[in-house]
Amino acid sequence: MSPTEIHQRLQDQHTDAITSFEAAPLDPFVLVKPDSIVEVCRFLHDDPDLAFDCLTNMSGVDFLKEDYIQVVLHLYSYTHRHAIVIKADVSREEPSMPSVEAIWKAANWLEREIYDLLGVVFTGHPDLRRLLMPEDWIGHPLRKDFVEPEEYHGISTRRESLLK
Amino acid sequence: MQSFIDGLIASGVFGGLPAEAIYPAMMFLFASIVVFGFVLPLVTITIWLERRVWSRIQSRVGPNRVGPQGVLQGLADGVKNILKEDVVPDAADRPLFVFAPYLLVWGFLATFVVIPFSSALVIADLNVGILYIVAIVALSAVGVLMAGWASNNKWSLLGGIRSAAQVVSYEIPAGLALLPVVLLTGTLSTQGIIQAQGWAPWDWFLFHSPFTFIAAFAFYISALAETNRTPFDIPEAESELVAGFATEYSGFRFALFFLAEWGSLYVTGAIMAVLFLGGWQIPTGWTNNTVVLNIAQLTVFFLKAYFWVFLAMWIRATLPRIRVDQMMSLCWKYLVPLGFVNLVGTAVWMVIWPEGNTFVPYLMVVGTLALLVIFFRRVLYHLRRAKPELYFNPAI
Amino acid sequence: MSLAGYEFEVQRDDGLATEEMTLNMGPQHPSTHGVLRFVVKADGEIMRTALPDIGYLHRSIEKISEKVGYHGFMPYTDRVDYVSAMQCNQGWAMVCERAAGIEVPRRGEFCRVIACELGRIASHLLSVGTMVMDIGGMTPFTHAIREREKVNNLLEDLCGARLTFNYMRIGGVAWDLPPGYTEQVTAFLDQFEPLIDEYNDLISYNKIYVERLANVAAVSKEEAINYNLVGPNLRGCGFQYDVRRDEPYSIYPELDFEVPVGTGEVGTLGDCFDRYMVRIKELKESCKIVRQCLEMIPDGPVLARVAKKLKPPVGDAHVRVEASRGDMGWYVVSDGSEFPYRTKIRTGSFSAMSIVDKLSRGLMIADLIALIASLDVVAPEVDR
Repeated sequence: MSPTEIHQRLQDQHTDAITSFEAAPLDPFVLVKPDSIVEVCRFLHDDPDLAFDCLTNMSGVDFLKEDYIQVVLHLYSYTHRHAIVIKADVSREEPSMPSVEAIWKAANWLEREIYDLLGVVFTGHPDLRRLLMPEDWIGHPLRKDFVEPEEYHGISTRRESLLK
Repeated sequence: MQSFIDGLIASGVFGGLPAEAIYPAMMFLFASIVVFGFVLPLVTITIWLERRVWSRIQSRVGPNRVGPQGVLQGLADGVKNILKEDVVPDAADRPLFVFAPYLLVWGFLATFVVIPFSSALVIADLNVGILYIVAIVALSAVGVLMAGWASNNKWSLLGGIRSAAQVVSYEIPAGLALLPVVLLTGTLSTQGIIQAQGWAPWDWFLFHSPFTFIAAFAFYISALAETNRTPFDIPEAESELVAGFATEYSGFRFALFFLAEWGSLYVTGAIMAVLFLGGWQIPTGWTNNTVVLNIAQLTVFFLKAYFWVFLAMWIRATLPRIRVDQMMSLCWKYLVPLGFVNLVGTAVWMVIWPEGNTFVPYLMVVGTLALLVIFFRRVLYHLRRAKPELYFNPAI
Repeated sequence: MSLAGYEFEVQRDDGLATEEMTLNMGPQHPSTHGVLRFVVKADGEIMRTALPDIGYLHRSIEKISEKVGYHGFMPYTDRVDYVSAMQCNQGWAMVCERAAGIEVPRRGEFCRVIACELGRIASHLLSVGTMVMDIGGMTPFTHAIREREKVNNLLEDLCGARLTFNYMRIGGVAWDLPPGYTEQVTAFLDQFEPLIDEYNDLISYNKIYVERLANVAAVSKEEAINYNLVGPNLRGCGFQYDVRRDEPYSIYPELDFEVPVGTGEVGTLGDCFDRYMVRIKELKESCKIVRQCLEMIPDGPVLARVAKKLKPPVGDAHVRVEASRGDMGWYVVSDGSEFPYRTKIRTGSFSAMSIVDKLSRGLMIADLIALIASLDVVAPEVDR
């Protein structure tokens, strides 16, 4: 199925959940309201014509000027060999959206990584801890306004420029 | 040995000292000579040999810098290890930690008491020789378990537990595999067992009957397990338990673990040679000189022992490691029943042919030779396919 | 005692009090293939869980990309997976080309595929070699490394580096094949291909080796897809899927190669042995691909003309590359400036690590080693 058809099918079932659909970009995407991401994903996963059985990639993008964080899900169906991109915008102040871990186990670590690096809280995630950064790290490094702490456990993070 | 000391006393070398003092003193002297003049060089040579053999199999070069062909590598390693700092972890059980390696070394050194080198060279020809070896080798299990526990390290502890389970289990098939030979000879003395065999392969117990043949290999497998050799090196499984029971050891104590490991490798080979390969037996009558005769016997004995040592090295370079549960099932499901079958089979064999079957040994020797010929033809085939100049160049 | 006898709950009578042992496996451990850490809860030799703890090799490569520009990020991609850096190069080049709409010259594509497949041979050789070493066999490792060195020599001739290649550029490759390269590579392949069979003789069907790997940590096809296992790990479950064949990119559609899958020949389908065997078979397929490329390679330029300050239009692009450790997802967001706004790399080892917790329950400690080795986890790729 082409992305347009996928969107059409999604639109028929979950009209309220979908904010918009963009067919023009390289990877056509469906913009979904974050609160209804689970039902949309559940439908995409379970519907026999769509059957998106694999979450190949999940990333978070911090749009500082536009003041939102975008969570991007790249879905792929091994059954039908088609793909779709799902995006959901969450606020920067209190980023939070439901977890899709129950649908794709692959989301477990991907969501933990987004939580770690961008601070998006995935409600309903069974084990939402930091993944890459130390447990007691302050801040979320991939945010555009992240300022590196001066020191970590008494170890300075600054060093003299070697070019001097 | 005793007659030698008796001779010395009779010739008046010691003056009027009491014989009760002379015997222990001479024994101690002789044991020290054996340990420092013989066992330590033997172990370093074995380690060097293992590393060379291993590296050839792995298409590497191996140690070749210290001494001719790197033969003094063991010496260099020993010096290095002695000079290193002897670290005892803070949380370790200090007395046990310090003592464990000695126990391990003791376990294998003590076996040299009954292992003969020639018809005259043996520290003590105990009449319970074989039993003594089986008993004293188990000391190393105590040493390993002690090292594992005292290190206060979970990897060491796991290694120690694994070792205890392994050595205790494999004592049984090893003991059972010895019994057919004891049945045949009616003695436990190592010299007695050797004297019951002859110099020719068909006089060896290895080819006495099919049962002793199987018993020999059952013993060899069990001995590999007891000495923690691949494929049974699970107590120190490098990729699983870091270094197992030796994880926390350093310097000289670590060197002692090495010493014990390769020392017991030679002990294994020597016991195999004693029990199944006719020990130091050589054709007699070609010389009357006792010294020449003993040197010839020594050489033959070494060749036989080192054949098994070489085999162990070869196995180590070839096989992966088995898992703990597989190790246990191999022991209890296969080797122990096999040991009983061998024991009963040998007994039946002895009832049918009390003097031994005259035909079967020849047949088995011929069969083994045929197998060897097939094997070497295969080796040659592979060598021709590979690049022989790479493997036979002594300059590398 | 077969492994199937071990259930997650260990049966025991009431009596002596026992407790679980918590083992810290890593960050420094001989068989964690980099800096990984597992918190193992073990009941004697049997594990309750093995929780992976990653991040020890986190070098914030994604963050770096936001500061160095599209061309400048190429050397950093080498470090994503330094065992097979070629495919990481290719992934980054492809995602930028897709975002900016750049066409790669045909000869450049051939150079890329030759380099990538040689890189795959090198990576798989290291993988199977270390796997055997983790199981305890020392000799096959040196034999594998010996061949890997020859591949490294070939790649050195190609790009001057042996590990972190930095060979590809956005729009093609940095250098054309050196003179006489075809003969060199063909000579290597001629002597290497029989060695794969020798490798099988040496270790693959060794009784102990098979016993150690058969029926250990079997993954079903559905489970693998749900956890997003990719590459040889996915194919080991008997599911025939290869990005090179099924979502073709570069010149792979023109090439003829098989996609080997696990067959469960010695045990359960999808066990450690199947994953290992897929890699061995893929070595042969890679040789086949390189041979074809060397025959088919056309003349022409290898590098398209690309702006020094590449500014892809606003938007995002996602590509999937079949790296040595499987489908690698590259996602780049552009805000129209000369720096990527956001880069995300989803690697094969990352998803492979996330399944370790589930698979490890009820295994023995020795099996965990086999599991990690068979999943071919490389620490830098997990952490990035």
